[in-house]
Amino acid sequence: MNVSRKLWAASASALLLAGCATTGSNATADRSADDAPRYAAMMPDEGPFASTYARYPGTATALVGATVYDGAGGVIENGTVLFRDGEIVAVGGSDLPTDGYQSIDGTGKFVTPGIIDIHSHLGDYPSPSVDAHSDGNEATAPTTPEVWAEHSVWPQDPGFSRALANGGVTSLQILPGSANLMGGRSVTLKNVPARTVQGMKFPGAPYGFKMACGENPKRVYGNRGRMPSTRMGNFAVNRETWLDAIDYANDEDADRDLGKETLVGVLDGEILVHNHCYRADEMALVMDMAKEMGYRVSAFHHAVEAYKIGDLLRENDVCSAIWADWYGFKMEAYDGIVENAALLQQEGACVVIHSDSQDEIQRLNQEVAKAQAAGRRMGIDLPDEQVIGWITLNAARAMGIDAMTGSLEAGKMADVVLWNGDPLSVYSRPERVWVDGALLYDANDPRRRPVSDFELGQPGEGDVK
Amino acid sequence: MNRFATLAGLALAAVAAPVCAQDLAITNATLALGDGSEPIEDGTVVVRGGRVVAAGAGLAVPADMQAIDAEDGWVTPGLFATVTTLGLVDVGAVSESNDTRANDSPFSAALDVAPVVNPNSQHVLIHRAAGITRAATTTMPSGSIFAGQGAIIDLDSDSNPIVRPRAFQMVTLGEQGGRIAGGSRAAAHALLRNALREAGSYGDAARIPGMSSQARNTRTGDDLPVDPRLSGRETDRAGDVLLTRFDAAALVPVVRGEQKLYVAVDRASDILSALALTTEFPMLDMVLVGAAEGWLVADAIAAAGVPVIANALGDLPERFEQLAATQSNVGRMMRAGVQVAISANSGQNPRNMPQAAGNLVALSRMPGASGLSWGQAFAAISSVPAAISGYEGEAGVLSNGAVGDVVVWTGDPLEVGSVPQRVFIGGVEQPLENHQSRLKERYRDLDESDLPKAYDR
Repeated sequence: MNVSRKLWAASASALLLAGCATTGSNATADRSADDAPRYAAMMPDEGPFASTYARYPGTATALVGATVYDGAGGVIENGTVLFRDGEIVAVGGSDLPTDGYQSIDGTGKFVTPGIIDIHSHLGDYPSPSVDAHSDGNEATAPTTPEVWAEHSVWPQDPGFSRALANGGVTSLQILPGSANLMGGRSVTLKNVPARTVQGMKFPGAPYGFKMACGENPKRVYGNRGRMPSTRMGNFAVNRETWLDAIDYANDEDADRDLGKETLVGVLDGEILVHNHCYRADEMALVMDMAKEMGYRVSAFHHAVEAYKIGDLLRENDVCSAIWADWYGFKMEAYDGIVENAALLQQEGACVVIHSDSQDEIQRLNQEVAKAQAAGRRMGIDLPDEQVIGWITLNAARAMGIDAMTGSLEAGKMADVVLWNGDPLSVYSRPERVWVDGALLYDANDPRRRPVSDFELGQPGEGDVK
Repeated sequence: MNRFATLAGLALAAVAAPVCAQDLAITNATLALGDGSEPIEDGTVVVRGGRVVAAGAGLAVPADMQAIDAEDGWVTPGLFATVTTLGLVDVGAVSESNDTRANDSPFSAALDVAPVVNPNSQHVLIHRAAGITRAATTTMPSGSIFAGQGAIIDLDSDSNPIVRPRAFQMVTLGEQGGRIAGGSRAAAHALLRNALREAGSYGDAARIPGMSSQARNTRTGDDLPVDPRLSGRETDRAGDVLLTRFDAAALVPVVRGEQKLYVAVDRASDILSALALTTEFPMLDMVLVGAAEGWLVADAIAAAGVPVIANALGDLPERFEQLAATQSNVGRMMRAGVQVAISANSGQNPRNMPQAAGNLVALSRMPGASGLSWGQAFAAISSVPAAISGYEGEAGVLSNGAVGDVVVWTGDPLEVGSVPQRVFIGGVEQPLENHQSRLKERYRDLDESDLPKAYDR
């Protein structure tokens, strides 16, 4: 039957000693010791469904003469960005030597880190959006911590290519939907076309865990005459589930349980909570629930009322991943205002602009500009180089990948966008996009434009879109 | 009958100017006329009695008028949004506040939004503050392939939003129409043809005067005309009917070409089939809505002289009927000679129309794409949708005789950071406050040291 967790711990440490814990290869052979059971699944820390992504070849490149927003709040006029072998080598002024690099003239253009969307359903709600593709909500129980979004991602979703070419998106988090209180694990992807989802998985990115408060869970399950049907029911089911997870975490003899493994990962801080939540009062309750149960919320998603509790969010170190201007489509979105991001920033809280949309993921830069302008109109100082962080480094932080990407700093992944103008203008578009130093989109080269299997032989194949 | 209509028209024209219309002159503007031309510097616009009397570069301000100096700021006609549900919903997901779909109604084509548009809806207030001064608004197809009869509304702050009731009928014929009609596009086509034939014969048999249903310009709350088509007592119709009496009556002006028929289709072949309806029903005054694959059959659309209301930014095969979707669709159709308005559904809300238009300008710099000039893009959210809605030269444009809808912006209106500073509708300056602006002010800071936020107003 199930391997107990005590045995898992023992075998995991043996593997660590053998130095192959992260390879996940040949698990059966590794367990050939006498005391091991005859049949055994790989253990969670053996990395099932491991990333197979390896960067594509790139040219050592010097972007010269552009305005560089580094994503971490810095700006360099007439800057130079050097990258080779998949990594940023140096970022500086016009005095940076470029010998040995292929130079690209960025005069009049702008450079940013690759854009990051912290909230996407590409792949799990792909285009065409037919019922057969509706794979984002396992809406059969109010808590499904055992499901993993990566098992729903269709790598042929044409939306990935639009996000790359029109949005400059190089990394994105694919989340389960919000029908459930606990929707399951998310997966963070590199925006690289691949035949398999493993070929897109961001190496080394932590998992996320999708939770949802408010109207959706209570509506979906209340309509079926089962708990939760109210907001208080939402909290009760969540708390009972966390208590069970804590018991499980304390019981070394318990059989393996996929859902509880994820919950324990959250309690251990290895899996980051991304909590769909609109209302300010509800976010405050969730933060107290997290304290009660001993976990952290990494980011509230949608968070249209976050501006009402910027102080609490700052004190609890929780990011707000928000739209610039969506409002009013449901009751809990009634108080959405365009100044949300600016007011949060003013309060010193963490702001991330997200899309939750196969369309808006193509224009996250414009959503930032919209939110920035709204803040400036009310007198809040929001420099361009700061707000670019809302879709780069802040998103990376909330996803736990900021040590690897999200800003243009030596040693980080060469995820880079060259824009044909100021990315905070509606009139600008990505001209070239590099992922790990590989040129994967070039507006001037129709052959550097991914076309998914689905689009082959269809009207408009390879169009500029 | 004709004479009566003419007199009625004159009477309405006489009351058309609101009593409180201001005379208004704005000078020193970066002025967009909305007619497709590029913005002009040192522009002046003069409004008298609620109507534009002059607009252009370096015009003199009449001696009796005090001018507003725009200080080089952007001034444009009000935006015209089509197709919307403005005034029909408070919160989309709160069904009791949402009149956009009447799934369970026994009626379809007869649905008429004129009596139910709420000018105090927050969406109206918010979109007024976004520079939209007029809109086409309608119920959407849900229980039937027919959406019902949409109205043209203004977004001013008076109590009557209806500018023209029953301005158009809408029908959906693609994937959605096929599902609603019984599971196939063939069913939708049969249903539409049957409906139009019933309407044609019903009109004759009942002596329903098409003219009487023709939309009349109305400006104030007390002159909404009763729809005479619905006041007849004729009930004896042939047995082979699928439409209620009201629905058949509502389609009489459609089949006679006296009321526009908006046809929602996306697939290239569906567009051609829609255009072909005019061979059977030659009087149809058709407008295509959607047309995601319009660029594939742009020459046919142009030859038919049928205008299009297109989603500007759709570039994904979200449905099988949109496989060829591209942001170049609008530009390519325009180049083929099609009159194209940017749909108010091009973004999350109609207020995102300028962003959509700006994106099409951005496209003009992308190799292989078909973008728009600034003037074309702005016209596609002002004069073109106005013209498609029956207001050519009268709305969405700053020219002699047009309505005095003028917007003063904080910057280039197609830039995402720009918003209106002042909005005039029919020459009357409009309040721009709403629920959102009040929330913004309340939460400017989080200081509750004296009293809770509830007292901060």
